[in-house]
Amino acid sequence: MDKGLTLRDVTITKGGAPLLSVDHHIGPGDVLTVMGPSGVGKSTLLAFITGTLAPDFAASGTVWLDGHNITHAAPHMRRVGILFQDDLLFPHLSVGANLAFGLRPGGRAADRQARVDEALDEVGLAGFADRDPATLSGGQKARVALMRMLLSDPCALLLDEPFSRLDAALRAQVRDMVFDRAKARALPVLMVTHDAEDARAAGGVIVTLGDG
Amino acid sequence: MKHLAVLAALLTPLPALANPDPADWDAVLEQAAGQTVYWNAWGGSTTTNEFIAWVGEQVAAEYGVTLEHVKLTDTADAVTRVLSEKQAGEDDDGAIDMIWINGANFAAMKDAGLLFGPYAEQLPNWALVDVDGKTVQTDFTVPVEGYESPWAMAQVVFVHNTATMPDSLGSMQELQEWAQANPGRFSYPQPPDFLGTTFLKQVIVDILDDPSVLAQPATDANYAEVTAPLWDYLDALTPNLWREGRAYPATGTAMFPLIADGELDLSISFSPGAASTAIANFELPDTVRTFVLEKGTIGNASFVAIPYNSGSKAGAMVVANFLMSPHAQARAQDPAILGYGTVLNMDALSADDRALFDALELGVATLSPAELGAVQAEPHPSWMTRVADDWMTRYGVAQ
Amino acid sequence: MLGPVVAGLWGTLLPAFGHLPAAGLTGPSLDPFRDLFAWAGLPRAVLLSLTTGVLATVISLSIVVLITAGWSGTRPFRALERLLSPLLSVPHAAAAFGLAFLIAPSGWIARVLSPHVTGWDRPPDLLIVQDTWGLAMTAGLVVKEVPFLLLITLAALGQTDARRSVTIAQALGYGRLTGWLKTVFPRVYAQIRPPVYVVLAYAMSVVDVAVILGPNTPPSLSVQIVKWMSNPDLAMRLEAAAGALLQLVLVIGALAFWRLGEIVVGRLGHRWIATGARGRCDGMVAGAALGLGAVSALAVLLGLAVLAVWSVAGFWSFPDLLPDQFTWRNWLRHGPGTLDALGETALIAVTVAVVALLLTIGCLEAEYRYGLRISQRGIWLLYLPLLIPQTAFLPGLQTLLLNMGADIGRGPVMLAHLVFVLPYVFLSLADPFRAWDLRMGTIAAALGASPGGVLWRVRLPMLLRPVLTALAVGLAVSVGQYLPTLLIGGGRVATLTTEAVALASGGDRRAIGVYGLMQTGAALVPFALALMIPALVWRNRKGLRHG
Repeated sequence: MDKGLTLRDVTITKGGAPLLSVDHHIGPGDVLTVMGPSGVGKSTLLAFITGTLAPDFAASGTVWLDGHNITHAAPHMRRVGILFQDDLLFPHLSVGANLAFGLRPGGRAADRQARVDEALDEVGLAGFADRDPATLSGGQKARVALMRMLLSDPCALLLDEPFSRLDAALRAQVRDMVFDRAKARALPVLMVTHDAEDARAAGGVIVTLGDG
Repeated sequence: MKHLAVLAALLTPLPALANPDPADWDAVLEQAAGQTVYWNAWGGSTTTNEFIAWVGEQVAAEYGVTLEHVKLTDTADAVTRVLSEKQAGEDDDGAIDMIWINGANFAAMKDAGLLFGPYAEQLPNWALVDVDGKTVQTDFTVPVEGYESPWAMAQVVFVHNTATMPDSLGSMQELQEWAQANPGRFSYPQPPDFLGTTFLKQVIVDILDDPSVLAQPATDANYAEVTAPLWDYLDALTPNLWREGRAYPATGTAMFPLIADGELDLSISFSPGAASTAIANFELPDTVRTFVLEKGTIGNASFVAIPYNSGSKAGAMVVANFLMSPHAQARAQDPAILGYGTVLNMDALSADDRALFDALELGVATLSPAELGAVQAEPHPSWMTRVADDWMTRYGVAQ
Repeated sequence: MLGPVVAGLWGTLLPAFGHLPAAGLTGPSLDPFRDLFAWAGLPRAVLLSLTTGVLATVISLSIVVLITAGWSGTRPFRALERLLSPLLSVPHAAAAFGLAFLIAPSGWIARVLSPHVTGWDRPPDLLIVQDTWGLAMTAGLVVKEVPFLLLITLAALGQTDARRSVTIAQALGYGRLTGWLKTVFPRVYAQIRPPVYVVLAYAMSVVDVAVILGPNTPPSLSVQIVKWMSNPDLAMRLEAAAGALLQLVLVIGALAFWRLGEIVVGRLGHRWIATGARGRCDGMVAGAALGLGAVSALAVLLGLAVLAVWSVAGFWSFPDLLPDQFTWRNWLRHGPGTLDALGETALIAVTVAVVALLLTIGCLEAEYRYGLRISQRGIWLLYLPLLIPQTAFLPGLQTLLLNMGADIGRGPVMLAHLVFVLPYVFLSLADPFRAWDLRMGTIAAALGASPGGVLWRVRLPMLLRPVLTALAVGLAVSVGQYLPTLLIGGGRVATLTTEAVALASGGDRRAIGVYGLMQTGAALVPFALALMIPALVWRNRKGLRHG
């Protein structure tokens, strides 16, 4: 069994023209940073991995997660977590319900509630379960989004420019929190960004796409 | 294979149910119970609608017949419907079980074999009908022959607001002169509306020295000559009509609000009691009265007919018979309800039934049977078809 | 949804060329057209259809464009926006009745001014309603099409970067209105073109408004077609079919003419832009447009008010401003009848609107899941049932249904309604549905939600307000349908609208008041609920307000 996230001969094309090619293995707890200017197709690579590639694109190659080929699995069966630059908390659910959305079904209600509370507590948001997500600050939202993703027990983590909306002070804090937790859970992480500082802080291999 | 058999069964037309025999009334009653009768009747008058609803309650309670009023804007819609059904081969259970019908529509349906009958003269209450005094056996000179049964008498009356037009008029010529002196204060519904063509008939019947020629069908030879005075009359009248004849009210009842607002001083109605009813419903001021011409005015009966493809003929006959009952007739004549004339012969009624009619308060604007005077016969329909068409060309597509 | 339209057209085409075997007539023959062209009223009827249709479209489009250009983002504009839903939901027939009761010589306006200002103690003998030129009918169409076009324009505006364009134009010294016309209008018009065509086609072939407000000597072509359809003489059916084809040709011709006009206006516009004119009379034009918009909104609202007064009026003579006495008698008399009709109306409208909504959600969700994209041509296909005049294919459809032996009545009426309801529901929901942030779907799937779970647990709850609005639009469209109910229902299906229009010929203003109000209520209440329910359900969710 080959732990980690493997992209084997992945090539994405648009209208026949090749956009990008990646062939890489990300071990548990490792970070691969994909850099490049906007428009080069970084997010497209993530869409391919989550199984939500737009129909304008075509892709070849395979994606392996912990030894399973997930290239053709349904998006919700892949166990690949993703964070975008926006928090994308569901606006119709409370903070607690947002977190519970990520929990696998089953178990007693009280247990599920306890896990949600525990997650909130972990990021310093104890007692926020009944809050409307729209009333949270940017940093608080980012933390809720991270915990929601982690509660779904992903086997890999994708980050799509995750910190670009945060101001400088908050940015380092949230970034550390994300990478610490990914390491602690031994998750392979694939981050796309155009920010050199994010790439440095990730501390892993850096691949640059496009002409650069 | 089983499916095919079911399909075949569905596709095979059901054998037509034997038509009920009106002479065997008990069998009719038995068959009628539980039937639903779709009565297609003009729905523009709320008082008529309420009366029909009342009839529905009565026949449901007494005979177990469910009556549904299909409200028409134009009776011709129902005729079209039956025609379409015949074309489509729907011969057993059409959409229409009974039609409030008159004149041209009746003639058209009778000619085309679209009516069930004869049945009317076998109905039990036919014995009470005033066959001699009321025009119930011809409909616009077309012999009825039992293909429709009468339920109300109508006679032209002129409706005037005495607050602005105190005097009544004696003839169509006087109306012409009055309109000249009071332009814009009179109108009539736009033909081919029933009352509109009736007004045209009233004109021609009144201004011809000898209207007897109208009882015969119109011919190409005499049509132009006979109707010439009518067109002269209308040419002179039209500029003095309401809106100078560039628009006409859609129906008779649409003229009531015009009187109430003071736009019109004079209009016509085919129901002697309608003005009193309208006063009671705030639709007309209480200064409104009615009058008839010295030579009398045109009158006719309202009928109901049963389409050949009705699936509820027995039920329809039960309703038709109920409409001729003293109970229903007295209610229809009550000006607070409908104000329609009765088709019954008072002498044929029992004392109790006659008392129902004697108890009626006819209303301030309603003329008594004596005051209504002589009834003039309808012209042959062939005249009016051509007159209505010509009216359309002359006045209906205004300059 | 094209099936019924095509079938109906086929059912019209055959009799138009003299082929009606059921009546013993076999074609082909040109007699129906010969008869049609022999009708003395034809030139006027055709002219009337053209002038009322084109005029109503030009006027309502101008009002909407100039108001949006001059006032979007301002306080008066927001006031108009708030009136939009109620104005939209008022059925055409009720608005037309209200307008008639306002502007007639004996109407409310004349009563307000009489006798002090006008000196009238009796209504003047003026041909205002049912005027020969169809101006009252045009006005009746304008007051209903302005809110529709405004809604469509607002939707299109959301997809253009209007505010920044105008800001830049203003910085360059252009007036607000001129700047908007020169920079934003071309983009907006490209998007609202299909609904503008719908308005043109509808205005040219409308029946209920024409029956209430239009002339009768002769009537417009559509009304005459319906009259011929209901004539007992079968030959008239052929003439009606020929007339229906003529109506279709007229509408196609008018649309082509309009397209030509677009090109000419486009050319002139380019020249105007090139002159660099900054717009000196902007203020005046904008003011006039706002005035007209306000008048058209007021006409509908005051029309409803006068319907309400008539519904409780005792005797009410001219020139009294209010009735002598108020009474509930009219409601007691007509109330039971309206309740029956309301039940029928609601049953049909709810079924049709729910089916249309499910079909729409199904289509949009399939588009999302399978990455399909409806092309521009697909959009036109969607609009097609709205572009074909109802009088051109409904009569044919009626004959066809009968020939198939399909039982007339509620079911077929629902199907016919669906043809008209579905496009509106789709158009109403498509934009908000597509505008939903797809990353929400990615996130939800990454959290383990199945496609169905994403739809029901995330997407639809977030879109609750647009979904309910689309449902309300569907209900209102169904409630307002006149011709499909009348023709396909064979008279057995009595809705509030068919009952109200049937009352038009009787002229009983009290009954019309009662039915008109009930009809409006049936269309208005769902809109109110579509606003209230999301506000209530999401009262603690700031992220879902205003959106």
